[in-house]
Amino acid sequence: MTDKNNLIVYCEYDDGHVADVSLELLTKGRQLANTLGVKLEAIVIGDKLRDIEKTLFQYGADTVYKVEDKRLYPYTSNPHASVLINLFKEIKPQICLMGATCIGRDLGPRVSSALHSGLTADCTSLEIGPHKDPKTGKEYENLLYQIRPAFGGNIVATIVNPDCRPQMATVREGVMKKQIHDENHKGNVVNLDVKKYVKPEDFVVEIIDRHIEKSKVNIKNSPIIVAGGYGMGTKENFDLLYQLADTLGAEVGASRAAVDAGLAEHDRQIGQTGVTVRPKLYIACGISGQIQHIAGMQDSAMIISINNDPDAPINTIADYVITGNAEDIIPKLIKYYKKNSK
Amino acid sequence: MSLNIVVLAKQVPDTRNVGKDAMKEDGTINRAALPAIFNPEDLNALEQAIRLKDAHPGSTVTVLTMGLPRASEIIREAIYRGADRGIVLTDRTLGGADTLATSYSLAQAIKKIGNYDIILGGRQAIDGDTAQVGPQIAEKLHIPQVTYAEEILDIKKNGHVTVKRRLENGVETVKAPLPCVVTVNGSAAECRPRNARRVMQYKFATSTSEEPKLNPTIKAIVERRPELRIAEWSAADVEADPEQIGLPGSPTKVKNIVNVVFTAKENLRIENNDEAIENLVKELIANHTIG
Repeated sequence: MTDKNNLIVYCEYDDGHVADVSLELLTKGRQLANTLGVKLEAIVIGDKLRDIEKTLFQYGADTVYKVEDKRLYPYTSNPHASVLINLFKEIKPQICLMGATCIGRDLGPRVSSALHSGLTADCTSLEIGPHKDPKTGKEYENLLYQIRPAFGGNIVATIVNPDCRPQMATVREGVMKKQIHDENHKGNVVNLDVKKYVKPEDFVVEIIDRHIEKSKVNIKNSPIIVAGGYGMGTKENFDLLYQLADTLGAEVGASRAAVDAGLAEHDRQIGQTGVTVRPKLYIACGISGQIQHIAGMQDSAMIISINNDPDAPINTIADYVITGNAEDIIPKLIKYYKKNSK
Repeated sequence: MSLNIVVLAKQVPDTRNVGKDAMKEDGTINRAALPAIFNPEDLNALEQAIRLKDAHPGSTVTVLTMGLPRASEIIREAIYRGADRGIVLTDRTLGGADTLATSYSLAQAIKKIGNYDIILGGRQAIDGDTAQVGPQIAEKLHIPQVTYAEEILDIKKNGHVTVKRRLENGVETVKAPLPCVVTVNGSAAECRPRNARRVMQYKFATSTSEEPKLNPTIKAIVERRPELRIAEWSAADVEADPEQIGLPGSPTKVKNIVNVVFTAKENLRIENNDEAIENLVKELIANHTIG
C-alpha cells in the first residue's frame, strides 16, 4: 500500500516573518514530498498573518492552511495543539515536521500524544526508505527515517513509525538548509475557521508578561567562528576569544561544557543541543571535541584547533592543529593579523 | 494552604562525562561504565517543589520515577533534600518504552497518586534530550502544561500558578490553572544539597525489592517506621493497559543504531612559535579565509 497522503510543516510566524527553521523544513519537506510523490502543505496559526502564503509558496508549499485569531498570538499550547489535532484527524497527513524550538518542542508532544503518533525530537537527518519489522517480518515502503543522535551524541539512531500517522519529527534551526524552491510557485490557501478547531476552554493559559529580544548573537550566519571550550578555564581567558573575534569580524561560539560552566551564554552553544554551524573558518580553542560538539561544526570549510592536549579528539577533524595554551596563542593570532592584514 | 506536589524524576546514565570506555568494541553502549545519576533538570524541578513546600507548610512532595528497581537511589536523594516520599514504577513490561508509552505509564501512576495540585519535572533527560514526556503527560491527564519554566512566582490552591518561562529569545510570565504540569529548565535555581539531618533520618529508606537484602537490625527499623518504605508499583498496580506500555505501546521503533565515527582529516601541525603562527595567519589572509 502506498501512502498518498501529504506532508505538512507547522510554520512559526512572528513579527511579519516566517521563522528560518520553518523555511528550512519547507525546503526539506519539498524534497521529501517529491520523493513520495505527494503534496507539501504548510500550516500557520496566529494573528495578522497577512500574505504569509507568498513566502511559503516560494519555499515549495502547495497548500497553506491559515488559522487567524488574535487569541492565537502569542503562542500558547492548547489552542495551537487543538488546531493541529482536529485538522490532522481530517486531512490525515503522513508526515508532520516542526522546528525543535521552544514552540515546536512544546506543541509536538502534545499533538503526538492526542493522536497516538510517534514523534522524534531533534532529528539531524530525514530520509525516505523501506523498513522490515524484525519480529513480524511485515514490510513497509516509504517510511520517514528520523535520524537523531542519542546518548549525548555517542550513537546515532534511525527511528521509524511503521504503523502510526502522522510520522512526526522536530528539527533544530540550522540543521537543514533553506533554499527557495521556485519564486513563481503558486498554491492554494485554505482559511480555517478557528471556532471549528479550538474550544473556548482551550484558552486557559494567560500570558501576563512577555519580553522577547532579537538575539544579538548570530553565530549561525557568521563566516568565521571563534569557539571556546571548558579548556579556556576562566572568563578572563574567554574574553580573549571576543578580542580575536572582534579583530577577525567573527562571532564567538562555545561548547556545551563551556556554557554549563558559565563561561558563555546559552545562545552561543554549538553542537547537537545548540546550534549547527558551517562557517568558512572555525577556530576551536580549548575544545576537546566531544561528539556532541563535533556534530554541530564538522561541516566547517576549515577548522583550526588550538589545544594543549596534542591528542584532543577535535584534532582528528581539524585542518590545522596548534598544540599549546590558547591564552598564549590567541594574542599572537591577533598581533599577526593586525600586522599583515593591511 | 497545603499543596500536593508530584515531582517526576529519572535516573539516567551520565552522558555528559562519557569516557573512552563508554562504548564497547561492537559499538554498543557500555552502560556499566556510565555512572547513573539524578537527571540534572529533575533536580531543578525538585528544588522548585521543595520551595513550594517551604512556603506552604503542610504540603507534600511525592517523587515518582519509572525505571529499574535501583532507581530507588534517586528517591533517597530526593528525600534527603526534602521530598516526603517516593514511588518507583518498575516492571519488565514497561521496558523499551518510547516517550509516548513512558508518558502513558507515568500518567497512570499519577492517576493512582490522585489529588495532585501541580506536577513538576525537568525539561528533559540527558539520555534522550527529547523534552516530550512532560507535555505528553499533561495531554494524557487533560490538563495544561507550562514548559521551559525558570521560577514559580505564585501559586493558589484550587486556583492558578504563575510561572516565569525562559525561552530561546526572552522571558515570558504565564498564569495557568491548577492542576497543571510544569517542566523546569536547567537555568532555574540549583537544587539544595542533602540535608544532614534528613540523611540521618532517612538513610534506611528502602524499596520493596531492597528489603530482603537488609540485615536484621535495619529490617527491624524499617518495619517499625513505615515512612522509610519506598513504594514500588508494577504496571498492574497502576492499571496500565498492556497494549499501551513498553515496546508494544511505542509507536516509534528503533530501526538501527550506529556508533558515531568521524572521518579523520589529514591535518597540519603548526609549531607553537611566532614564525609558524605568523605564516599561518599570512596564508589565511592570502587565500581569503580571513580579512
